[in-house]
Amino acid sequence: MQAPFAPLVVRASAAEGELNPLVPHLVEIVLSLIVFGILFLLVKKFVVPSFEKTYADRTQAIEGGLAAAETKQAEADAKLAELEQQLSEARHEAARIREEAREQGASIISEMREQAQTEATRIVDNGKAQIEAERQQAVTSLRAEVGALATGLAGRIVGESLEDDARQSRVVERFLADLESGSAPAGGSGVN
Amino acid sequence: MSSLIPASEGFTPPGPADFDLPGIGGDFGSYEFLGQTQLLAVTKPMLQLVLAAVLVFGFFYLASRKRAMVPGKLQFVGEEAYGFVRNSMARDIIGSHDFMRFVPYLFALFFFILLNNLFATIPFIQFPTFSRAGMVYGLAALSWIIYNAVGIKKHGFLGYLKLQSVPAGLSGPILVLLVPLEFMSNILVRPVTLALRLFANMFAGHLLLILFALGGEYILAEMSLAYAPVGVLAWVLFIAIAFLELLVQFLQAYVFVLLNAMYIQGALADEH
Repeated sequence: MQAPFAPLVVRASAAEGELNPLVPHLVEIVLSLIVFGILFLLVKKFVVPSFEKTYADRTQAIEGGLAAAETKQAEADAKLAELEQQLSEARHEAARIREEAREQGASIISEMREQAQTEATRIVDNGKAQIEAERQQAVTSLRAEVGALATGLAGRIVGESLEDDARQSRVVERFLADLESGSAPAGGSGVN
Repeated sequence: MSSLIPASEGFTPPGPADFDLPGIGGDFGSYEFLGQTQLLAVTKPMLQLVLAAVLVFGFFYLASRKRAMVPGKLQFVGEEAYGFVRNSMARDIIGSHDFMRFVPYLFALFFFILLNNLFATIPFIQFPTFSRAGMVYGLAALSWIIYNAVGIKKHGFLGYLKLQSVPAGLSGPILVLLVPLEFMSNILVRPVTLALRLFANMFAGHLLLILFALGGEYILAEMSLAYAPVGVLAWVLFIAIAFLELLVQFLQAYVFVLLNAMYIQGALADEH
């Protein structure tokens, strides 16, 4: 047991000449500070800004992409709303025009009907008036003719007795009145 | 060296001397410091220190240079590594208001220490830079200066001293006891523990590896065949411990930077 540790013991007690690992080599202190200092400066100047810029760019790219997408979405929404509004306006317009046309059509039809009615009435009235006038004319001329005819006929039958104007006209009038009441045969029998 | 050891056993156990590497291409003399002779020479850990700085900067410069919106493999790895220090250490601890000022420092520090620690395992280098105490003292001193300077700048000298040494919500005689303790732990002890933690872990880990490697070799080569399984076991343990060391190397770099961030956060904290 003693043997393996003997060298260590000897070594530890070897006093002055032995190395103490805790005692630093001054050159190493300075060197480590210089080397690390240079590394630090290089890293600070070249590496960290580069990484940070990449991070920032990436964040911005992602956020920018999101913002762009949002803008596009908003644009599309606005467009859609606009189109929908246009569509509803067009529908409204169409409905209005249809309604108008219907009203117009109805008014035209009623106007036409009225016109036709008036025209028909006018034509009927005209016809009636014409017929009346013709009838009147016929009556007048018939009366004159029938009077003369009857007088002549009666004069020949009864002779001079009917030369007297007053009687003549009285007889004619009575005859005609019988005739007008639609009983010509009665007048005829009256004549008989 | 071997002259100091009694020749009863042929095996020379590894010791601090194994960390005192000779200068590459000779030395330019020596000087005495605290009773120890230090060679003025360019040593392997010094070259490693420079190499680590070059590699860290080179890698992250290449990774960050393209600045692609959709990162390639190199940029992705670089961004993940950068984001790890930036977000999970700097931002989460210091807080989103102040952290950006300290990101370059913490980021450079973490990967600088990590790579120097990993050198202990990387083949053909296989020496932890920070098993040299001087290397660690420099960084610990820098940490101490930074967090104190940040605190003094924000609170003023007396305000900062009060912040660090007077515990919040306490008054009366208990302060006589607590103020010196707080001052000790927050101002004096911190850089020491910071330095020793990193140094001792790297030193001990490497020492352990050397012990298992050399011990196994000695048993297999010099001792009778009956001991051979022990030698093989030593080498198996050497490999297992090398993997454990990988974890320690990462953790020590992480802890060093994490504590830096916490000290800075503590120095920036508002009055409780």
